[in-house]
This record gives sequence, structure tokens and C-alpha cells, in this order.
Amino acid sequence: MQKSKTLKPAWNTIRFGKFSFKLDRRVLPVSLILLAVAITVLVVSISYGEFDISPLEVLQTILGQDTGDSRHELVVWTFRMPRILVAFMVGAALAVSGTILQGITRNPLADPGILGVTSGASFTAVAMIVWLQLPLEWLPFATFGGAMVMALLIFALSWKGGSAPVRLILVGVGLSAATSALTNLMIVFGEINQVQQATVWLAGSVYGRGWEHVQTIAIWLAVLLPVTILMARQLNTLNLGDDLARGLGLKVEVQRISLLIVSVALAAIAVAVSGTIGFIGLVAPHITRRLVGPSHEGLVPMSALFGGVLLMFSDLIGRWIISPSELPVGIVSAMIGAPYFAYLLYQTRNQ
Amino acid sequence: MTASAVPSKRFLQSRTILLPGLIITVGMVMLLLIGSIMLGAADISPATVISAIFEFDETSFDHLVIQTVRLPRVVAGALVGASLAVAGAIMQGLTRNPLASPGILGINAGAAFAVVLAVFIMGSPPLSTYAVFAMIGATGAAILVYGLGSMGRGGATPLRLTLAGVILTAFLGSFTTAILITDQDTLDQIRFWTVGSLAGREWDLLAQTSPYMIVGMIGALLLARQITTISLGEDIAAGLGQNTMLVKGLAAIVVVLLAGGAVSLAGPIGFVGLVAPHLVRFMVGVDYRWILPYSALMGAILVIIGDMVARIIIRPQEVPVGVMMALIGAPFFIYLARWKVKS
Repeated sequence: MQKSKTLKPAWNTIRFGKFSFKLDRRVLPVSLILLAVAITVLVVSISYGEFDISPLEVLQTILGQDTGDSRHELVVWTFRMPRILVAFMVGAALAVSGTILQGITRNPLADPGILGVTSGASFTAVAMIVWLQLPLEWLPFATFGGAMVMALLIFALSWKGGSAPVRLILVGVGLSAATSALTNLMIVFGEINQVQQATVWLAGSVYGRGWEHVQTIAIWLAVLLPVTILMARQLNTLNLGDDLARGLGLKVEVQRISLLIVSVALAAIAVAVSGTIGFIGLVAPHITRRLVGPSHEGLVPMSALFGGVLLMFSDLIGRWIISPSELPVGIVSAMIGAPYFAYLLYQTRNQ
Repeated sequence: MTASAVPSKRFLQSRTILLPGLIITVGMVMLLLIGSIMLGAADISPATVISAIFEFDETSFDHLVIQTVRLPRVVAGALVGASLAVAGAIMQGLTRNPLASPGILGINAGAAFAVVLAVFIMGSPPLSTYAVFAMIGATGAAILVYGLGSMGRGGATPLRLTLAGVILTAFLGSFTTAILITDQDTLDQIRFWTVGSLAGREWDLLAQTSPYMIVGMIGALLLARQITTISLGEDIAAGLGQNTMLVKGLAAIVVVLLAGGAVSLAGPIGFVGLVAPHLVRFMVGVDYRWILPYSALMGAILVIIGDMVARIIIRPQEVPVGVMMALIGAPFFIYLARWKVKS
């Protein structure tokens, strides 16, 4: 009967005045490791390319030291850094979006791509590119509109006295097939120059992204990420099931809708800067859940970090694998993500 | 008492109605074929269409256009539609899953990927080999998706099969795109084909791919009775003394022949295999000896109409028929997901 020996609590409690967070003990070490990996991938990714710069020189350039080669600064800061940062932030946005969706549907297989939210976003984006030639700053609002309409449609069409996960996913698959067909139709109708632009963009790529893209997504993330972390506790409660959550005093439907809006906004901003990139929103929350447990206070920031690293890494692979030309990062992420999804299907086979 | 005023379902689904119905439907397909041939850059009168088919005159420009361009295209459409529909009907019967169809379960994607890969590796393989590669790809995809979707206690539920199909499609799609991005020659050769289109299909490609589909179609009709039994439940079929493994194996071969043949001719066209059998089942009931032939005709009708609309709406350009089918089929899929799938 040694079991009742005092156990160390499995979490650390962090307090700021009235607010307190319970973080799983694993969060701190995991976050340090992920940060180290993120920096390593960042440096390697910047140093790799047609114009080779050693990792050391990359570090020196980033830290503002003189490397004795004036071109280094140009390549590092103007060409490579922004696209890699965009990849990181897009990965983070998609990962958090997926984390929220999995939380509110209580379904491990939910993801903005599979549910079809991103196909709504890319539909409006292509419409904007092909028909209106909208400036970049407006694109996130357009994609948000498209993604939101799509999300509402999915919920409305699968509502039958409640939104069963099975119907949500199947209706999402059907709706995204229809939306992609409409997108293709626009591509057939459109002016060839804009169409070419739209096709490259549809493949999901961070090619040629500059500081203006970094700025656009950074602003949105700076708002949405803290909001999500503040709502982490509600996500935890929702995870207990609607009845229990209601019993604990949560306004279930209100919370679900507001979380859904945040999730859709995150997916929409990702689509706005980089086109459709799949599977990150599925894979990142999963692996992270294994690392730091299911509590969302730790899960949300960690899966953001993990998703960012994953997409930076995919981008590096895409540039390396068929160099000197490059594969769009969306293709690499599908090549990595789809087998993982298959593995998940296998894992959940008896549920 | 009031029931006797309306013809009973049993009467509507009896041989007295279904057999003449089948003949009338064949007539409708014929009319659509002629209508589709009439339509084009220059409209041609029905009389000319018929004389071009039965008393071909080499010196007539219209006859030449019909014989070399329009007739093969519409025949290809009919064949592809019929094959995909029958393949879908069989898959729905065998898996007892209302969402099963070659497009959704990734079989079309598998076939398409195999062809793209073959073109990429071998440069320009002869047209006659397209069908073989498509068949190999279709088989691989069928095994993977069914394997992945049917593991576990629940068996092949609609959700798991659909998800397995969706991810296989995404996975193969990413490789297909990767090949097309890196290799312009392949892109150039195959571009017309990857979207699912009937444009520019000529007699030689048709001749190379149709035998597979025809064999598959005959096989399907021969298996119709066994498929009906199995669609009632495997336990029942086994109880009635059927060798269910053998029937399922043969039916799988038939599906691969049909879907692989269709894809090698027209590229991946989705949703025909989903929609046609459901529409048919609504009318003719549960007997696959009727479902299969009606599905074939319904599939042909859907693709011919889809192709006609695709050619008309943005004349002189045309929309790939695959896009048209998705626009028609996806709402139908949603309807099925909402009402016909038990969750």
C-alpha cells in the first residue's frame, strides 16, 4: 500500500494576480527543446541555398556582426529570413487552428483542411486574385469571410439536433469538393496571367514571401494566439463533454462558437499569406499532445511551436529535395502528413 | 384501402415495368448521343449526324468532324460514365456503404498517379500501356484504402473509408503535383488528362482502353445475382451457401477493370460512381440484376449531359467534365452524408 505516498503534482501553477495557469510539468523542458530545434532549423534553413552561407556566418549576420562579406546581409535578411519566418508562423497558425477544432469537436481527426474550412478560404482568395486584384492587406479579411461562411455551412448542413463529428467531417469533405470545383471553374474562366498567379498560390507555397507578409501574419497572430491561450481553460472544460461542461457553468454554445471563430481566423490568415497547406493542423496537435498531455494551457503554445518547426522543416526539404528548383511547401507537408494520418486511422481503429 | 389506388412499389419494381423501362432508357441515351454530337463549334443537323454514322461520306466536312472528333468523344463519355457508375454500384453493394465510389475512395487517384508516374519515368509510353498502369494504380489504391478503412472492430465504416480515400487522394495528389512541377515534358503530355476531361479523345485511345471496360461490364452483369445476395449482409450470403471471399475477389477485379479503364481514358472523374447508383436504386429497388444495367445507362446519361453543359456554358472555351461532375455530385454527397449515414 505504498501508492498513497505523496506524489509530486503533475503540473506547475503559475499566478499573475487574479489569473492562474496550471501547466503540465513537461511543458517547460519540452518548450526549451522545441525552441532549440526551432533555432537550429532556422539557421540551417537560412544557410542552405544556391548561395551557400555557413551556419556560423548566418548567426553572425543575425546578431549584427560583420562577416566580411556584404552579400551575406542581403541574402539573410532580404531573401531567406522573411520566407522562413512566414513558414514558421503559418505552421503555428495552422497548428493552433487544428488544436482548437480537435478540442471543440472532441475528434482527433479534425483539421481545418479536412473539415473544408481552408477550401472556403482559398475559394475567396482565388476570386480576389482573379477578379479583383486585391492588395495583400485585404486578403486575410477575404479569406476569413470565405472560411467563416464555409464553417457555418458545415455546421448548418450537419446539424441534426446536434453536430455529430461523423456528419461534420463527411459534410466537410463534400462541401470542400464542391468548393474546389468552383475554384477550378474560376481558374478556367479567368485571365491567364492572374490564373497562373492563382495556381502557384493554390499549391501552398512560401516562395518569394517578404517582410510585408511577415508583418501581416505577425499582427494577426499577436492577437489570436493570446486569445486562444486565455480560452484554454474553456477548451479543457468542453473536452469533458457538453453536459458536464454545462454543469460546471460553461455557456457551451457561446464558447464553442467563439472558439470556432478564432480557429477559422487562424486558418484564414495562414491561407491568406501562403495558400492551402494541409495536414499541419492535424499532425502538430497530435504529436504535441503526446509530449505535454491534453491540457490546453500547455498544448496550445507548444503545438504552435511544433507546427512552426514542422513547416519550416517542410520548407527546407522542399528547397533541398529537387534543387535547384523547389517543391511548394504544401506538397511536402502533404507527403509527411498523409502517412501520419493513415497511422492515426490505424491507431483509432477500434473506436 | 387507399393503397390500391396507387400502383404498388412491388409492381413498379417488377419485370413488367423494368424491362421496357430499360429499353426506353437505352433510347434516351441514343438521343443524347445524337444531341451531343450536334452540338459544337458549328451546329450540325440530326439528319447529318445519323447519315455520318451509318453512311459515312469522306468528302463531307461535317461527316469528317463527326467521325473523327465528336463521335469518339461522346462514345468515350458514355463508356466512362457507364463504367464508373457500375463500379460505384458494386462498391456500394459490397461494402454496404452509401458513400463508396471510385472517386471518393481514392481509386481514381491511384490510377491517375500510376499513369503520371509511368509517363514521368518512361518518357512517352505507348497509349496502349496507359490502361495497364491505370489498372495497377487502381488495384494498389483499392487495397490500401480498403485495408486502412476496414481495420478494427467497427469494420469498414463510411467515415473511415471516406477518410482513408481522402488522405490517399491528397497524398498521391501531392506526388502527382510534384512530378508535374519538376518535369515539364510530363506536364505537357498529361495536362489534358489529369483534370478529368473528354476533350480530344480519339478512336485510337478509345480502342486501347475500351476492352477493359467492356470485359468489366460483362463480368459485373454476370456477378449481379451474387452481389445482390452479399449486399444483404455477408452472414446471410454465407448462410445461403455463397463463397463470399470468391465473390468479393471477383467483384474487386471487376471494379478495378472498370475504374482503371475509365481513368485511363478520361482521367479521374469523380462523383459519377456515387450519384448514378443512388438515383437508380431509388427507382428500381435492391436487385443488382436491375441496378447494374440501369446504373450503366444512368452513368452514361450523367456524363454526356455533364459534357454537353461543360461545352456550352463558356463557349468557345470548355470546362473539364470532371469539374462539372463535382458540382453536380458534391451536393448529393452532402445529402447522403446527412441522411443516409448512421452516426
